[in-house]
Amino acid sequence: MNQRTRPIRVVLAKPGLDGHDQGAKVVARALMDGGCEVIYTGLRQTAQSVARIALDEDADVIALSSMAGSHLPFCRKLRTLLVEAGLTDKLWVIGGNLPAQDHAELRALGFKGIFPSSSRLGDIVDFIRSHA
Amino acid sequence: MNDRAKFGSERTVVNESGIEIRPLYTARDLEESGGAQAIGQPGEFPFTRGIHSLMYRKQPWTMRQYTGFGSPSDTNERFKYLIANGQTGLNVAFDLPTQCGLDSDDALAEGEVGRVGMSVDSLRDMEVAFEGIDLERITVSLTVNGAAAILIAMYLAMAEKRGYDLKLLRGTAQNDILKEFIGRGTWVYPVEPSVKLVGDTIEYCAALAPKYSPVSVCGYHIRESGANPVQEMAYAFCIAKAYADEVKRRGLEVDEFAGRLSFNFNVFGNIFEQVAKFRAARSLWARIMKEEYGAKKPGSMWLRMIAGGGGLTFEQPEVNIVRGAYYALIAALSGAQTMALCCYDEAYTIPSEHAQRLSLRTMQLLIEEMGLTDTADPLGGSWYVETLTNQMRKAMEEAMADVDARGGIVKLVAEGAIQAEVSAQAYSMAKRIESGEFRKLGVNCYRVEEEEKHIEFHPYREEEVRAQIAGLCEVRRTRDAAAVAAGLERVEHEARANLNVMPAIMQAVKSYATVGEITTRLIGVYGRYREPIRF
Repeated sequence: MNQRTRPIRVVLAKPGLDGHDQGAKVVARALMDGGCEVIYTGLRQTAQSVARIALDEDADVIALSSMAGSHLPFCRKLRTLLVEAGLTDKLWVIGGNLPAQDHAELRALGFKGIFPSSSRLGDIVDFIRSHA
Repeated sequence: MNDRAKFGSERTVVNESGIEIRPLYTARDLEESGGAQAIGQPGEFPFTRGIHSLMYRKQPWTMRQYTGFGSPSDTNERFKYLIANGQTGLNVAFDLPTQCGLDSDDALAEGEVGRVGMSVDSLRDMEVAFEGIDLERITVSLTVNGAAAILIAMYLAMAEKRGYDLKLLRGTAQNDILKEFIGRGTWVYPVEPSVKLVGDTIEYCAALAPKYSPVSVCGYHIRESGANPVQEMAYAFCIAKAYADEVKRRGLEVDEFAGRLSFNFNVFGNIFEQVAKFRAARSLWARIMKEEYGAKKPGSMWLRMIAGGGGLTFEQPEVNIVRGAYYALIAALSGAQTMALCCYDEAYTIPSEHAQRLSLRTMQLLIEEMGLTDTADPLGGSWYVETLTNQMRKAMEEAMADVDARGGIVKLVAEGAIQAEVSAQAYSMAKRIESGEFRKLGVNCYRVEEEEKHIEFHPYREEEVRAQIAGLCEVRRTRDAAAVAAGLERVEHEARANLNVMPAIMQAVKSYATVGEITTRLIGVYGRYREPIRF
């Protein structure tokens, strides 16, 4: 890990129409307690808005929380936009209701951290701190 | 982590609501907590022991599993399966685009059509979904929130078209928008017009469909978002009062609408705390309606409720079958009118037929074999349960007074204050679970490594989405375009004139105007909600 001159900046987004934000808010607090700066987008983000916020906020980490099953179509779209925006050097992570059979595709799309329901907060924070 | 710290005489036990639990209760504890005067009898004010005198002996609870996925015809097939297996009501899950007021071909709906519930664009879909189902025998609950006014109108229009008398039609709509701002998130319009729309549905149904329950107020999701059991009830009651106030302002008498308010609560947690919660809440609600609102009819004071269980775990999913059985027991001991149990596979996927039938059997066991329907309020008179009931009631009253002192629930929700509070609690609970202080089996104790999971994943079929969109296009092509335009104009005009928009929405849905078209007109008048980011 490089010597940092500023805290890790995490853009944490709720993609699509999924309104279950308890998990995202809990992770946001855990990351803040772990020394990160968190820009929480709120609900109803499109792939376009996530890419734009990540760029505008100079994010080190782009994190998604998806509970309603539409993670694959969303991440496919987001990948294209993040590549176009030149954000491939940032850390992309995703958490939520992510069936095991989808993990390989998420990884192939560029999501290095995959945290399905039941992941421990400490593991999420440690992963982000050591990979961002 | 099977340590001994959980046991021993030195240990202090405090329930989730913050009440200290003693090792033994006697008559003296009950006396100190306020005595026996609020207990009464089932069917009598203040209804602590139940809203009916005979309770389940007269009629067992309605069994209503939350169901819906894919297209209306897929869902119709599952409805019929559940009814054939003894289910006595329906509890319909709609997909997120429908709940958020979007048509299936909207760009924002991409990837979400039919995903977590059934997709409904127009009255046509509603007709298909309930085809062949006797709406007098099977009462239907619609889990619609942001788009509730439109979906209620579609349901009523569908029933009317099939020849049912709206004056006699029973059913429920979730339609509790204030809790959507706190947790769950299928809002559309800003807070104030959203509450106004709930008022419109209550006022409309009071006049035209007086046996229909246009709003089921939900503590359930507030609890899932992090509230404790006392806050769950207190916030739900503050919300119910906000809707009642909205309707009273329009000149309706409380007895004209309060009899159709219903509630939806969670049952996970400590058995005795949960039972005491429901008993306390029943008497608190009865007193609020009688003393604050001047209700005279007992029906206006009844806390009619559906109780269901969250609290399931991703770990060791088969243990959820056992959890569900205890939750059903809690709901029965608490005197719920309706039960819906989450299925053991629900932390993973849309429940399989098998899992849903198992939940149904869990409830049926209590009725057929376990004696839960023999006697009303079987825990009544227990010094422990009665003391806790008094303590929980007092704590709920304090929590409600606190909300009022801070400006009322509508203001606190609009500012995001309640959201911040429950998410802070969710975080503190997550930490207590991670540290092992708060036990969750399979999560922080009795873990099994490399467990094999027997879960059947519900398939998401793209061809269903294409068919849904094709059906929508077909409806748009074949309907009477002039009638649709007139209906939509009227919706917009009456929204702008601040009239009750339900008659206009009824007219629009009957012309096969879509969920998205009507919502767009209303957004044009009311605007869109902007979420305060507070956590």
